[in-house]
Amino acid sequence: MHSALLAIDLFFVIEKLVLIVAIVSISLVIAMYETYAERKVAAFIQDRRGPNRAGPFGLLQPLADGVKLFMKEEIIPNTSNRFLFILGPCLAMLAAMMTSAVVPWGGTIDFFGRQVNLQIADINIGILYVFGVVSMGVYGIMIGGWASNNKFSLMAALRGASQVISYELPMGLSLIALLMLTGSLKMSEIVAQQIDGWYNVLYQPLGFFIFLVCAFAECNRTPFDLPEAENELNFGYHQEYSSMKLGFYLFAEYINMFISSVIMATLFFGGYDIPFVNDASLSGLGNWLALLQGLSLIIKVCIFIFVFMWVRWTIPRFRYDQLMNLGWKTLIPLALVNMVVTAAIVLLKSNGWKF
Amino acid sequence: MQALTNRAKPVSRKPMTLVEKLYMWNILKGMMITLRHLFKKKATISYPEEKRPFSPVFRGLHILNRDEEGRERCTACGLCALACPAEAITMEAAERLPGEENKYREEKYAAKYEINMLRCIFCGLCEEACPKDAIYLSETFAPSNYQRKGFIYGKEDLLIPSPKENPGEYWKAVGNRKANKEQSN
Repeated sequence: MHSALLAIDLFFVIEKLVLIVAIVSISLVIAMYETYAERKVAAFIQDRRGPNRAGPFGLLQPLADGVKLFMKEEIIPNTSNRFLFILGPCLAMLAAMMTSAVVPWGGTIDFFGRQVNLQIADINIGILYVFGVVSMGVYGIMIGGWASNNKFSLMAALRGASQVISYELPMGLSLIALLMLTGSLKMSEIVAQQIDGWYNVLYQPLGFFIFLVCAFAECNRTPFDLPEAENELNFGYHQEYSSMKLGFYLFAEYINMFISSVIMATLFFGGYDIPFVNDASLSGLGNWLALLQGLSLIIKVCIFIFVFMWVRWTIPRFRYDQLMNLGWKTLIPLALVNMVVTAAIVLLKSNGWKF
Repeated sequence: MQALTNRAKPVSRKPMTLVEKLYMWNILKGMMITLRHLFKKKATISYPEEKRPFSPVFRGLHILNRDEEGRERCTACGLCALACPAEAITMEAAERLPGEENKYREEKYAAKYEINMLRCIFCGLCEEACPKDAIYLSETFAPSNYQRKGFIYGKEDLLIPSPKENPGEYWKAVGNRKANKEQSN
């Protein structure tokens, strides 16, 4: 009995707890400032100035927004299903936060002789885990929309569900092509391969493009934000929500955006690898190297987040039939072709063909 | 049918070419446009710190004027109230007592002078009607208020600071509009 208890490495538990707290708070802070960045980017694209009153350059604006949301009256509609109504935003938030567990955020840190890996869980089915959790995210929308007992919310939830399911297929297919190249589902392994060789985006440009489009759709971002099409559905699935429950939905969207940027950076752009520099030659930096690597990942992610916002404020929303046409008639065939071509090349290469 | 103007343009209903159907190229073009706007000069000004200049004929809040010795010019003749198309002005006259010569220029003055800024249309007819040059419209506009009664401006709100006791405030209140007008006269 005692020996079983002692077998649990206390330091291991503490290390993972610290990592979890750090990563969760970093994602929350980044999501907070994403709302600020979104408003700034929108304003700049529209020749405005954006929020600039709260603090220097309006940097305290997210705090003010958060305080405002917390202060708002919390309304639960009479005819709604109370339990599910509260469960909806919780699930959306939970699914958004859980994905960050398998992402390698940097190399290893030497912490008083202890090698700390900057990754919460280095599981060997990392990408499958990400897919599983991401598809759970649609439950937040569906449950919230259904529990509101409002036809607009319900319609939005249905749209959200069918959209996410339709776009998960080409996303998965585009990843299969990638996985045939890497031969591993382990995120740290994929990053390690890219540190040694070229970034995967060079081998899989079409795959990356399909993944990017599907990521827009999965995050319910414009041009795929049909679940929130306010001119058709008033407000979409979060119409009946108020106060911080609404805030959770909005926040979950930003966290999703952050996480999908992280995944794209990890799978296609070398993860925490510092570009144009041989990371191994910098090993003299010690712990600073891991920090620099984390920073380079964050910078890559910021660029992706900017692309998300740039696209959002450029392209108008699709019609619903256009959305389905694009998903089923364009992206899936493209992804299939990409997969077949990649498979053929991998097969030829493994049979000794020289290119 | 003959065109009335030559500005009509026929709508092109050509089937889309492959490049157009791919849609990507047009998205890229659109994104380049938004990227250019990202770095453009912003049209917005930071309002309370920076203000746009008023037009020379701008008519704002009323000011009850004083003469050079700081005496109120108004004699409560009521011509402004009569001229006012919105009936925004009310006043009560009073007779000057001995010893008040330094306060009021003539024997009669306005004991009460009120303008309802919610009724006022800022037409400036009161200014034109005034024979004593006692009222004019300045370059400030009515600030917001929480209550309707806050928009009824009395003498204490309208009267200009005395040029003798507080010349700085006086000249600030006179503003450009009045100064320009006097120059042109």
